[in-house]
Amino acid sequence: MACAPLMNGTRASSHPAGGDQRRLNHTAGRSAAPLLPDHWRLLLFWLVLLTVPFAAPNEYLVSLANLFLINVILIASLNLLMGYGGQISLGHAGFFGLGAYVSGILSAKVGLSAWIGLPAAMLATGLAALVIGVPVLRLRGLYLSMATLGWNAILVVMFNRLVELTGGPNGLLGVAPFSIGGFRLDTDLREFPLVWLVSLLVMLAILHVLHSRFGRALRAVATNELGAEALGIDSARTKLLFFVLSAGMAGIAGSLYVHINQYASPETFSISNSILYVVMVALGGSGTFWGPVLGALIYTAVPQLLLDYEDAELMLFGLGMLIVLIAFPRGLAGVPAALRDWHGGRQARPT
Amino acid sequence: MHAATVVQLLVIGVGTGSIYALIALGFNVVFKSTGAMNFAQGEWVVMAGMIAAVSFATINSVALACLAAVLLMTIVGIISERLVIWPLRHPNPLLITLISIGLAICTRSLMMLVLGKRPVGYPGFSKTESLGFWGINVQTQTLWIFGITLVFLFGMHLFFERSMLGKALRAAAADREAAAIVGVKVETTVMLSFAIAAFAGALAGAIITPLTLASYDQGAAFGFKGFSAAMLGGVGSLPGAVVGGLALGLLEAFGSFYISSDFKDAIAFAVLLLVLFVRPSGLLGRAEITKV
Repeated sequence: MACAPLMNGTRASSHPAGGDQRRLNHTAGRSAAPLLPDHWRLLLFWLVLLTVPFAAPNEYLVSLANLFLINVILIASLNLLMGYGGQISLGHAGFFGLGAYVSGILSAKVGLSAWIGLPAAMLATGLAALVIGVPVLRLRGLYLSMATLGWNAILVVMFNRLVELTGGPNGLLGVAPFSIGGFRLDTDLREFPLVWLVSLLVMLAILHVLHSRFGRALRAVATNELGAEALGIDSARTKLLFFVLSAGMAGIAGSLYVHINQYASPETFSISNSILYVVMVALGGSGTFWGPVLGALIYTAVPQLLLDYEDAELMLFGLGMLIVLIAFPRGLAGVPAALRDWHGGRQARPT
Repeated sequence: MHAATVVQLLVIGVGTGSIYALIALGFNVVFKSTGAMNFAQGEWVVMAGMIAAVSFATINSVALACLAAVLLMTIVGIISERLVIWPLRHPNPLLITLISIGLAICTRSLMMLVLGKRPVGYPGFSKTESLGFWGINVQTQTLWIFGITLVFLFGMHLFFERSMLGKALRAAAADREAAAIVGVKVETTVMLSFAIAAFAGALAGAIITPLTLASYDQGAAFGFKGFSAAMLGGVGSLPGAVVGGLALGLLEAFGSFYISSDFKDAIAFAVLLLVLFVRPSGLLGRAEITKV
């Protein structure tokens, strides 16, 4: 019970922002790495990924790799908002779905090319985020969470009920794949290079924006909103910028998803999945650059690994999540640091 | 507009609204003591319904089955807090929120594994199923829902205003350090808030199950509705939960009748978003939120 006295003070703060700020101080300090190594490590990792289609024993594994890369885009974009900006969106699956349906409907109902659908999906989701974000992001606390949750709920109803446009609960059929000239990217192997390239570009964009003036402003706002304001940072506008960026990236992921599967159905974009994305950000390591990659790996691989356990799958997943979060609140990317902390003796916690 | 239709919709709206109010109250109590959203709240609602159904099958008394379910769920709330919240070394609202998601997943799968996947239920509290008068039709269970919710809310009001424990809980929520100085055992208030939240959720589950049946996968939906009601009324406020719950229930009832039942949820959430945009602190919430 040595840790009991430590807990009293911070057991739970009555103000929602208090605890977040302390945690974000941590992450802001750790992420201030030099620019070049991160870029190189990213390129290196993606080069290694490029060997997957050659090393994979079957095409199923390549399809999982595609899914993994789409999940990387989704979770990394959410991490941009949540890990660095301290704002929890419970509508990320909704933005993902909006991107998928915009791109998919343009293809299946209007007959436009996927190459037009992709930027259209990005613009539509970004614009939607702008409309929701303007009134909500002036406020602190749970309001973005609530507004995005409501937004996701509305979207799911629309996906289900606007049957003529979306195909309703049966899903949207007849979506054309990406194609270059007459070459259709309609197998997992052919899709892989495209998903690989787009996910790399998104990750580079995230890295770039984090190291820019805006990224520093965002971290300042997340750490201390009033302090950032005093330095002349427009906190509402900064949060809005990242909300729109993060939604736009989810839109890109949606467009990739719908043209690869040539199909979309409402349950893929449920609030429960939005919550799972938030969980994956936390499990991987919120506010770290590599955390989302770990999170996407868990999100893609764990359901496959637990497939044999059927009914117990959910329980194993829930227990695993609780154990990781209780033992390593900073996520898997924070495990090395946590182990160092334990090793270095239990000194007083930073205040 | 036909008067009987309006009264009928009012009854339906206030009925579901009472359930939402109870769930929202649970949300608010935990939010007050931890600053976190408790995603397990909705799971407790259906778990109570399922436990009551299983108990009813063995003891054949609705009242006793419901009582057992509510008491058991209160204990589940306490155990949950001790297992997953209490061991945290550096708790903060975000972490507690995430942990509660894990707790919700475990609770749901526990229900599925132990209590089964089939929707279960039991008869209403009264022998007569429904009463008809002045051209409207009221299910007796709805009247029970009104009554039990009212009694519970009154009890909660007394608890927070009169009892030492309730006052301690409020003091700790207002200012932890100051409360600790005057002798409030601040560590136990989080556990107490989980117990109250589970109690309120379980009560909602026990009284709604005769009308809707309970199945392990309904928890999230109840949770979201309760969360929305809490936000609508003003998060952290006790009367806010009641007003938010009733407003959401009425909104759904009238929206699905006069506009479209297909879009019922969309209408409710759209109004909720509008309210948030116009009055961010909710209908009754104090303007605690700093505008920047």
